[in-house]
Amino acid sequence: MKTDSPRPVRRVRRGASSANPAATGYLFVAPFLLVFVAMLVLPLGYAAYLSLFQDRLVGGTVFSGLDNYVTALQDDRLIESVLRMARFFVIQVPTMLAIALLAALAIDSGLLRFAKVFRLGIFLPYAVPSVVATLMWGYLYGPDFGPFAQLADKVGTAAPAFLSDGWMLGSMANIVTWEFVGYNMIILYAALRAVPHELYEAAAVDGAGAWRTAWSIKIPAIRPALVLCLIFSVIGTFQLFAEPNLLQRLAPSVIDSAYTPNLYAYTLAFTGQQVNYAAAVSFLLGLVIVIASYTVLFVTNRRSRA
Amino acid sequence: MPTSSRSIRRRTVVGTALALSVSLVLAACGGGDDESSSAPVQAVSQADIDKAMTTPTELTFWTWVPDISKEVALFEKKYPAIKVKVVNAGQGEPQYTKLRTALKAGSGAPDAAQIEFQYIPTFSITKSLVDLRPYGADALKDKFVDWTWNQVKGAGGEVWAIPQDTGPMGMLYREDIFAKHGITVPKTWDEFAAAARKLHAADPKVSMTNLASNQNGVWMGLLWQAGVKPFEVTGADSVNVNLNDENSKKLGTYWNGLIKEGAVSSDPDFTDQWFQALNRGQYATWLTAAWGPVFLTGSAKSTSGKWRAAPLPQWDASKQVSGNWGGSTTAVVAGTKNPIAAAKLAEFLNTDTESTKMFANQQFLFPATKALLTDPAFVQQKPAFYGGQTVNQIFADISGTVDTNFQWPPFLDQAVNDWDETVGKSFADKSDTGAALDQWQSRITTYAQNQGFKVGP
Repeated sequence: MKTDSPRPVRRVRRGASSANPAATGYLFVAPFLLVFVAMLVLPLGYAAYLSLFQDRLVGGTVFSGLDNYVTALQDDRLIESVLRMARFFVIQVPTMLAIALLAALAIDSGLLRFAKVFRLGIFLPYAVPSVVATLMWGYLYGPDFGPFAQLADKVGTAAPAFLSDGWMLGSMANIVTWEFVGYNMIILYAALRAVPHELYEAAAVDGAGAWRTAWSIKIPAIRPALVLCLIFSVIGTFQLFAEPNLLQRLAPSVIDSAYTPNLYAYTLAFTGQQVNYAAAVSFLLGLVIVIASYTVLFVTNRRSRA
Repeated sequence: MPTSSRSIRRRTVVGTALALSVSLVLAACGGGDDESSSAPVQAVSQADIDKAMTTPTELTFWTWVPDISKEVALFEKKYPAIKVKVVNAGQGEPQYTKLRTALKAGSGAPDAAQIEFQYIPTFSITKSLVDLRPYGADALKDKFVDWTWNQVKGAGGEVWAIPQDTGPMGMLYREDIFAKHGITVPKTWDEFAAAARKLHAADPKVSMTNLASNQNGVWMGLLWQAGVKPFEVTGADSVNVNLNDENSKKLGTYWNGLIKEGAVSSDPDFTDQWFQALNRGQYATWLTAAWGPVFLTGSAKSTSGKWRAAPLPQWDASKQVSGNWGGSTTAVVAGTKNPIAAAKLAEFLNTDTESTKMFANQQFLFPATKALLTDPAFVQQKPAFYGGQTVNQIFADISGTVDTNFQWPPFLDQAVNDWDETVGKSFADKSDTGAALDQWQSRITTYAQNQGFKVGP
């Protein structure tokens, strides 16, 4: 008796969940799926469609197959901008991740007095919109009225020309680093918190100091988080837009309309009215990002296996 | 106040090409503008016009002229059935981007819009403007200064817009700086260069003028003055591109030389630094347009009384010629359901005596109508900022000397963008302007060919 009574209940429950588990699941996912399709898949499909045409001032719109892609692959300005971003990536990303990692380790070490204040302080720039950040740094870099220039003037030397051809990439890397160190730091810090404490205890028993623990336990343990940060950085770098777009106003002769691939696509669409070609360029850029991200994954995976 | 000035600064320079193309084609046909323009057009009857102007209608009008509701109110008073909704959709480029988007989307475009001279061909080639001839625009020709009318005319004789304000170019100079260094007002560009060198030797901190490296408008105005024809629309699908011919190179060498010597600066204009330099007397002259005097009054207050106006120096001392930088028109946007009312709005705002006077005296738009340019109440004003000089009279005279045959390309944005990155950059970097002109030529040629044009010369 006792064993009988719960059975039907169980059966009913089982029946309800097994009747249309898929439907229920889809129902839950539906809001996301709708937005995903409407805001991502459809526009992407439309852009792909657009990239197969050419809309000319004379002659109107004609189907051109892959012509836009062929042109883009031979477009010196596009290639140059992609290479420029690759250079930017090589300088900026390691610097930024190193600082973020150091900050995360420092806060995690428990040796800091005001760890929470530090954590918030480093994270705060991420809360500043990139437009505002760029305007602020643009002012700081100013050759005449900027604080750096004035300070250097007081000391009797000249500040570096931050907005000149030679310095621009570095100046921009500095802005981006400032903006995103905190973001990466939080990801790494969260990963550090998830490392089981037994490992530290074991390390302590084995006689490892703080540095040794960081190097041999913590960093290997958060490798997946580091890879994640790296991939975000690949994507962010190749999509750089707001910073060069705003700095262009301050240094029009240094930053041209093809300084970054995204800026180039924007100029093509809104200045040259070449929407179709811009769509092709954007797709190629997406391809570059996919390849670069995959390369990062491939290389780091192989290393971790080895 | 500087409605036109800011827009101008953006790219006003380039606007005028349209008119040129028209007149050239007409000239080539050997006919006057009037015959060719009036022949194929079906005029709207007066009865239709009367009916449209008494039927309750709401018009949408995009413009960035401040306080234009005052002039619009005059229109609404005359035609009580018509209500006009004035929208500021951004100044210059932002408005054009919105306009293009609305036209592509097929909804949301206004009935009438402010378009700068240099942009007319860019919009007429995409069939975005309404030919105003059926609504009686041809009859307005004689009210306007000749060159402004050429600017709004299309290659087929169309009238694409009604001129609103203009920017014939002259030179504002610091009388005190000239006096201090014994410089007389240069009449020719040779004298100007000599004065620049003299000034540079005496006081290296002051440059004779600033040729802004981001200001295609001034460059086009100077080309215009020199009689260069950078763009000529020679047919519906063909355009001549002459950006690096002998005359352009001469101009390039001239300015490049002065910049390299340090006698002329090349700071970007309308920036903080530029305003400071004007206020501190670091530029002895400003090569600017007729809207410049009022603009300067507001932005360099500390220098009141020290400035004077004069015509641009000349290449040929025996001829007075000038170019134009800036100025706007009112155009009727294709797809409007109320073309008659919109055309009449464009006509009224820019030809009505009271409305045009208001533009000139309250919004300080430099007039395009002959009536105002000879109106003593306007030209005899003696602003204290210019030591009581009749500045308007000087620019009114200059307006009469603007070359009538200058044309703008049907792809202005691209032309300006590429100029910034080639010729403008050569000013900023003090590099070879000649090579930059070649580069500009080749970039634009490629662009035009990709857009399906047959590219001459």
